Amino acid sequence: MKNDLYRKRRLINFINLSMSLMAMLFGLFWLAWILYTLLKYGLGGISLGLFTQTTPPPGSEGGLANALYGSAVMSLLGAAIGTPVGILAGVYLAEFGSKGWLAPATRFVNDILLSAPSIVIGLFVYEMIVIRMGHFSGFAGAIGLSLLVIPVVVRTTENMLRLVPNSLREAAFALGAPRWKVIMFVTIRSAKAGVLTGILLAFARITGETAPLLFTALNNQFWSNLNSPMANLPVVIFQFAMSPYEDWHKLAWAGALLIAVGVLGLNVVARMITVKRESA
Amino acid sequence: MSSTSNRKFLQRQRIYDSFFQNITKFFAFLVLATLLGIIISLIIGAMPSIKQFGFNFLINDSWDPVKKDFGAWSPILGTLITSFIALFIGVPVSFGIALFLTELSPLWMRRPLGIAVELLAGIPSIIYGMWGLFVFAPFFSDYLQPHIIEHIGSIPLIGLLFTGAPMGIGMFTAGLILSIMVIPYISSVMRDVFELVPTMYKESAYGLGATTWEVVRYVVLPYTKTGVVGGIMLGLGRALGETMAVTFVIGNAHDIKASLFMPGTSIASALANEFTEADGVLYTSALIELGLILFGITFVVLTLSKILLLQLRKAEGSQS
Repeated sequence: MKNDLYRKRRLINFINLSMSLMAMLFGLFWLAWILYTLLKYGLGGISLGLFTQTTPPPGSEGGLANALYGSAVMSLLGAAIGTPVGILAGVYLAEFGSKGWLAPATRFVNDILLSAPSIVIGLFVYEMIVIRMGHFSGFAGAIGLSLLVIPVVVRTTENMLRLVPNSLREAAFALGAPRWKVIMFVTIRSAKAGVLTGILLAFARITGETAPLLFTALNNQFWSNLNSPMANLPVVIFQFAMSPYEDWHKLAWAGALLIAVGVLGLNVVARMITVKRESA
Repeated sequence: MSSTSNRKFLQRQRIYDSFFQNITKFFAFLVLATLLGIIISLIIGAMPSIKQFGFNFLINDSWDPVKKDFGAWSPILGTLITSFIALFIGVPVSFGIALFLTELSPLWMRRPLGIAVELLAGIPSIIYGMWGLFVFAPFFSDYLQPHIIEHIGSIPLIGLLFTGAPMGIGMFTAGLILSIMVIPYISSVMRDVFELVPTMYKESAYGLGATTWEVVRYVVLPYTKTGVVGGIMLGLGRALGETMAVTFVIGNAHDIKASLFMPGTSIASALANEFTEADGVLYTSALIELGLILFGITFVVLTLSKILLLQLRKAEGSQS
């Protein structure tokens, strides 16, 4: 009788823990399947022409050069706008945010923005910039992306600055350093690796984002500058994948592989920076 | 003389200090203003549609660009149903993964497995969409869907959800792909909160002879329940707003069908598909109002998530 109860408990334990293992395998299964698909369809499309030729009309040869260029320009500009804003706001939250209503309110709003649907960010930029300028532009796309960079950078900057021991700040103050010098040359410098990780993660996120570009940067079949609709990898992939043309699909897969390698690579680099710091 | 130059120096530094503080304050305020800006600009953009349709917009299920009759009910329903499917599949799996990573896995495997799960979050959503459309949907309609329709479709009531032609795409596929996408978010929050449980609690239970499952069920879960719900809410917030993956596979039909295998639409996918092609002020503003509704729903869900997670941390703080 007693043994029965024990056996039943062991059995339940075994079943549930097996389910847990199954869940783990379930997650890894999809990851493996998606990565395998990417390699299978994407590798065939990788060629030199991909980087030198522009996006073709259906039925002819071409590459993704203008889309790659547009993505690089907009992502870099987005990160360049978003990073300083994010770092300074993060500094405020970590260093000056102990009193007043602004810091808790900003922290709360920042967390909402961090998970807010990116397509709504696209709508916002459309309303604010595209309508004012009268046309879609790469510049609007970059602004949209910068709005996605800011919350990530704010969050990591604040967290990383909070990890800096207070004794370090106090030591700097004791030497007579003014506050801005303490923050710029002591606190931020010792949290450098973590802040950099945040920037890289944010950059990885925006290079793969499609939704905020759909109605800000739109797309362009040719080389373009920031003042006109600008080709970019995610929207080109979207358009080509949704089309009925076989050779466009092939380019879309090649582009998808490039994006995935880029984004996952950035993620790995970002993680390596933190690991190095942890072990140091 | 040196004392006056010193004083000047100090004064200048004090000015720099307040200047620096105000700059950081300005940018913190800018973040706050962004949210207000989003809400206000969406309301202004949606005004023509709000004036035209009023409250009826929310419950009207027609979407007719030709007759200029727009209602949000079918995209709202599609958004909620796909997100619900995502949670239905994603929550138990995420729980299992979190349990595996915190209690079962050998220590040396935890880091690589954790990174693998996080990679799922790193994959851009457009790749989920392409994979769903070109790989998963054909596989699903060839091998799984016919059996599901034949066997489960004939059960009364539940069967209604699984009827129709095996097309591969549709609400169910969209929900399934969403579930894969929310797994990393939910499981990482669950992992974090599971690790908050004081080791002494767990060891006490083990000491009384509890099995691993019993420790998780009766010690870890009760201790972390607000955090777990917060994590689920965070996943829900992600699922509601996900655009590209859903756009590829949902089928984009503004109809309401009982079967989950039928094509539908969600707010985000309607925006992605129709916004640049919308002609006329009313059409555009109806789409913007959809965006406003989506933002409203996610705002509420994310706020709940944040409050729940904060509560757990606070409770933890007061105990130690």
